[in-house]
Amino acid sequence: MEIALALLVGCFFTVSIYLLLSKYVIRILLGVAILGNAVNLLIFTAGRLTKEIPPIIPEALQVPDGIIANPLPQALILTAIVISFSFFAFLLVLGYRAFQDLNTDDTDSMRFAEPVDEPNPPLGY
Amino acid sequence: MASKGPEITDVTGILVNADLQLADFLIVAPVVIPILFSALLLMLRTRPATQGRIAIIGMALLALACFGLLQRVLDTGPVTMTMGRWVPPFGISFSVDIAGALLAFTSSVIAFVGSIYANSTASKLEMRYGFYPFFMAMMAGVSGAFLTGDLFNLYVWFEVLLISSFGMIVLGSEKNQLDGTMKYAFLNLVATTMFLMATGYTYGLTGTLNMADIWTKVNSGLLEGPVTTIAVLFFLAFAMKAAAFPMNFWLPASYHTPKFLVSAVFAGLLTKVGVYALLRVTLMLFADQRDLFAEIIAWIAALTMIAGVLGALAQNDIRRIFGYLVISGIGTMLAGLAIGSVTAITGILVYAVHSMIVMTALYLAAGVVGRMMNSNDLRQVGGIYAASPMFAAGFLILALSVSGLPPTSGFWGKFILVKATVELGAWWLTAAILISGLLTSIAIFRVWIFTFWRGGPSGTRDGAEAWKVEPLNQEYQLAAFISLGVLVLATFALGVFPEVLIGTAADGAKGLLYPTGYIESVFGGTQ
Repeated sequence: MEIALALLVGCFFTVSIYLLLSKYVIRILLGVAILGNAVNLLIFTAGRLTKEIPPIIPEALQVPDGIIANPLPQALILTAIVISFSFFAFLLVLGYRAFQDLNTDDTDSMRFAEPVDEPNPPLGY
Repeated sequence: MASKGPEITDVTGILVNADLQLADFLIVAPVVIPILFSALLLMLRTRPATQGRIAIIGMALLALACFGLLQRVLDTGPVTMTMGRWVPPFGISFSVDIAGALLAFTSSVIAFVGSIYANSTASKLEMRYGFYPFFMAMMAGVSGAFLTGDLFNLYVWFEVLLISSFGMIVLGSEKNQLDGTMKYAFLNLVATTMFLMATGYTYGLTGTLNMADIWTKVNSGLLEGPVTTIAVLFFLAFAMKAAAFPMNFWLPASYHTPKFLVSAVFAGLLTKVGVYALLRVTLMLFADQRDLFAEIIAWIAALTMIAGVLGALAQNDIRRIFGYLVISGIGTMLAGLAIGSVTAITGILVYAVHSMIVMTALYLAAGVVGRMMNSNDLRQVGGIYAASPMFAAGFLILALSVSGLPPTSGFWGKFILVKATVELGAWWLTAAILISGLLTSIAIFRVWIFTFWRGGPSGTRDGAEAWKVEPLNQEYQLAAFISLGVLVLATFALGVFPEVLIGTAADGAKGLLYPTGYIESVFGGTQ
């Protein structure tokens, strides 16, 4: 089971890196979304996949009886999902606003902050 | 407030029984204060008249809390507080040692000075859109990153400071800013996601996220798995955050676009958080693994230094020059990381404190130049020496400091790092630091000559009437005088009396390299 998920995580990373390398903002955005999910799945797999009972301690006992599923990765992923979701929302709005104002979604032509045809700095007075 | 609370029957034996002292809350105060003030300012965002002053109070409280914490850590050694009073490694720990407290204190002072400057420049519109809440939240993230003792928690603080910095950098929504923010936001997000990836691997391998626990497991020698790979991944992620070559391009693309104050605090604080994370994780947690790729770090350091300063020589815009100088400074600190001796780490900490002060001051000075000349272009500025000799003198001290010349704080940081490279016999690294220092002084004195010494914009005849600069309003003049004055005095004072800083940094370096006190504070279970 871990192997299958590890391969899936690998696929996710491949796809996201391919998309991140694009110069169009919308593809980069998709790449970011998939990258976040790839990492979430990675953490999930790193926490070991056990086909065990939920981590609930029976009423009569003080410690769990035998092996239980690992609840911690789910807490980590939940945090990471919320964070990556909010970041994605911000980037989506930013990308759209940039498209409206800069009139391009091609990162090669986004050269407002660093103009291409800038003259050389002064050499003397 | 020795909290007695209701008696809890601890059947599992994983709760700390010691009473919490009021002084223990000092450990979390540098995070709690900015969060509370951020919420308060968010509620008051429709009343811009009071915002600036409240923010100054908040930053002052933060600085006081950080100072108290630094004093405490210097007195008693590393301190730990674990949330929910669980026994580590369960629960999220805040562990503070000298290195973390020193940097947290410096950054809070920078933020305090920044809030004084901001009070005179923040427009009503910016305040309505939440400039101060973002600033406060960013400080919560910065302090949290310096103080936490949990790897995943470090990731969360990184994201807190990142999302609030997005808000600060894009505020105003000019074309330049949108363009700069695109690059800043995407590349920083990818860097933090890589950090999360490395954290996931660490958890899979060690089964823990508490830094002290990870240190124990990594150094037990029983760990089997790709530990070095994880260390390299962490290095890659944090080096990207710190803007090391060849992942530095987001910094000069974005730091000259927002308000002057915003670029000042970014340049002062954010890249240094990356350096701190490198020290904490790559150096402290994965010490043996770092040795394996120390030579690669050395190459990256040398390239960062030289590429940064060459970039600075090729720019017109003053803030873009400073952006490249920030990168060059990061390279200097990475050189210390490559060596990893006590001397080298002392040098990194001294240099980090110096760099926080000086880079913030330089960007604020660029803001004053921008107000006086309505431009930040080397060809269109000039004549400020005649208009304000005191400002010119202050800038000269900053220029000396950033080039690493005495009598300023920059000299000591570079001096110790050079000493560390000589001790190890890494001559080419020594050469790289010295050459980058020389080129930095050329770059920064070009700025000084063009902006202050030359009689006016490009083409002004020598000996012509002094160029008329824009008059500054009283309030702005006072704020700029105070904020720049404090920073210039700080770098000068640390240059003349460096003993306290160097002594503290040396203790911090020992704490990072031999973290037994840190580990004991986490597992001692007394806090």
